[in-house]
Amino acid sequence: MSVAGAEPVLQVAIASKWYRPRGAEPVEAVRDLAFAVAAGEIVCLIGPSGAGKTTTLRILLGLDPAFEGRVSGAEQAGMVFQEPRLLPWRSVEHNVRLGLPRERRGRDLDGLFARLGLTAWRNSYPKALSLGMQRRVALARALADGPRVLVLDEPFVSLDDAAAAELRGLVVDTVDQAGMSVLMVTHNVAEAIGVADRLLLVSRRPATLIADVPLDRPRRERDRAWAETTRATLAARHPDIIAL
Amino acid sequence: MGALTRLASLAVLIGAWQLAALEAGSRLLPAPMAVLRFIVQEAERGDLGHNVGMTLLRVAISFTVAMSLGVVLGVALGRSKAADLSLDTPLLVLLNTPALVITVLAYVWVGLTETAAILAVVLNKLPNVAVIVREGARNLDPGLDEMARAYRLDRRSWARDILIPQLQPYMVTAARSGLSLAWKIVLVVELLGRPDGVGFAINYYFVQSTDVAAIIGYSLVFMAVMIGIDVLLLQRLEAYVRRWR
Repeated sequence: MSVAGAEPVLQVAIASKWYRPRGAEPVEAVRDLAFAVAAGEIVCLIGPSGAGKTTTLRILLGLDPAFEGRVSGAEQAGMVFQEPRLLPWRSVEHNVRLGLPRERRGRDLDGLFARLGLTAWRNSYPKALSLGMQRRVALARALADGPRVLVLDEPFVSLDDAAAAELRGLVVDTVDQAGMSVLMVTHNVAEAIGVADRLLLVSRRPATLIADVPLDRPRRERDRAWAETTRATLAARHPDIIAL
Repeated sequence: MGALTRLASLAVLIGAWQLAALEAGSRLLPAPMAVLRFIVQEAERGDLGHNVGMTLLRVAISFTVAMSLGVVLGVALGRSKAADLSLDTPLLVLLNTPALVITVLAYVWVGLTETAAILAVVLNKLPNVAVIVREGARNLDPGLDEMARAYRLDRRSWARDILIPQLQPYMVTAARSGLSLAWKIVLVVELLGRPDGVGFAINYYFVQSTDVAAIIGYSLVFMAVMIGIDVLLLQRLEAYVRRWR
C-alpha cells in the first residue's frame, strides 16, 4: 500500500562504503545504493548473504558514520536486530521500556503487551523465553515509542515455520493498523514476496541496487500460485540473486 | 551431607590440634581450650572488641575507597586505549610492589597517622580491583552497545542497565578477593604503625611474652568475622547478581 507522492519516511543514498581492516586489503561493501521508503510502505531489501545489507542498515541507523552519502529518517525508526539483543539481566517489561526515551518510560504499555501476546511474560527474564518470544520482545521494544518506520534485520531467521509465520503476521497486522512503514532485510525471497509492497534487489559486494520491483497485488489476495509465478519471473530476470 | 562433612573435617582438625598440644606440652603450642580461655578473658577486658572493631573499621573504609576508585579506574582502562596504555606501567609497578614497602613508604611520607594507614591499604588493593574490572570493561557486549545507540539510550540508563550489570560479576569477584586481601594488609599496617587493632595486638603479645594462645586467639576471632562477612554478605550479593542466569 504505497502512498504515491507522499514524503518518504526513510531516505538512503550511499555513494560508497569501504571497510579498511588493518593488515588486509580494503573491501568496498556498498556502492551507489539509493532508495526511499514511503509512508505505510513495506519494503524488503533482498540480496545474497554477505552482500552488505546489514552494513546498509547500520549506516542508515547512524551506527556507522564512516561512509560517503546521505541518509535520513533514522530518528523515527524502531530497530529489530537479527539477534534479539535483549538485556538478560532485566525483565521483559524493563527491556521493552528501554525503547522509550526516559521522560516517557512510565507510559502505559498494556495494549502493546497484549497485542504481541506478551502480557503473561512481562516479569520474566528473557532467558526463560524461546527465541520466537524473545524476537517478539525485541519487536515490542521497537514499537514502544510508536515509530513511523520499523527497520528489521532478518527478523524471522532461525525460527521454525510456524513461529516465523506467526511473527510475520503480527508485524504485518501491526504496521497496517498503525500506518507504519517497514524496511526489512532478508535473504528469504518467499517471505519477502509474501509481505512486501516493493522488493529491492541488491547485488553481491559491493552492494548496489539492481532492481526495484513493486508488488501490486494486495497482501490478502496473494496465493501460492501468484507467489510462485512472481518468484519464477524474478528468478528468470535475476538468476544470480534469486535461485529457482 | 555437605554440612556433615564440613563438621567432621573441623572436628578432625581440632582433635589433631589437641593431640599435638598434649604431645608438645609447651605454652608455645597451646591447646584449643587455652586459646578459648584467652579469647573469653580478652573479651571480658574489652580489648578484643576494641581491637577487632578498629581493624574492621579500617578494612571497611579502605575497602570502600579502593573498590570505588578501582571500578572507575578499571572502566576507564577497559574503555579507553589511551588510558590503558598510559596507566598500564604504573599499575604493573604498583601491583608488584610488596605490601610492606608501600606501607613503610606511606608512613614515612604521610606520617604515622590513620590517613597513612588507610592510604597504604588502598594503594595495595586498588590495582587488583582495577585489573579485574578492566577485564570486564573489555568484554562488554558490542551488540548491546549498538542497540543502545540505535535506541539513543541516555547515559544514565546506559550505565545502569547495560554497563553495570555486565561489570557486576567482575565487581563481586574483585570484592571477594579484595576483602581477604584488604584485611591481611590491614594487619601488617597496624603492626607497623598503629596503637590498636588486631595487627597491633598480635605484635604486642608476640614481643611482650610470645603468648601464642593470644596470637592464635586473635587470628581465629578475626578470621571468623571475615568469613562471616563473606558468607552473609558477599556470597548473597553474588547470588543476587546472578539471579537472572
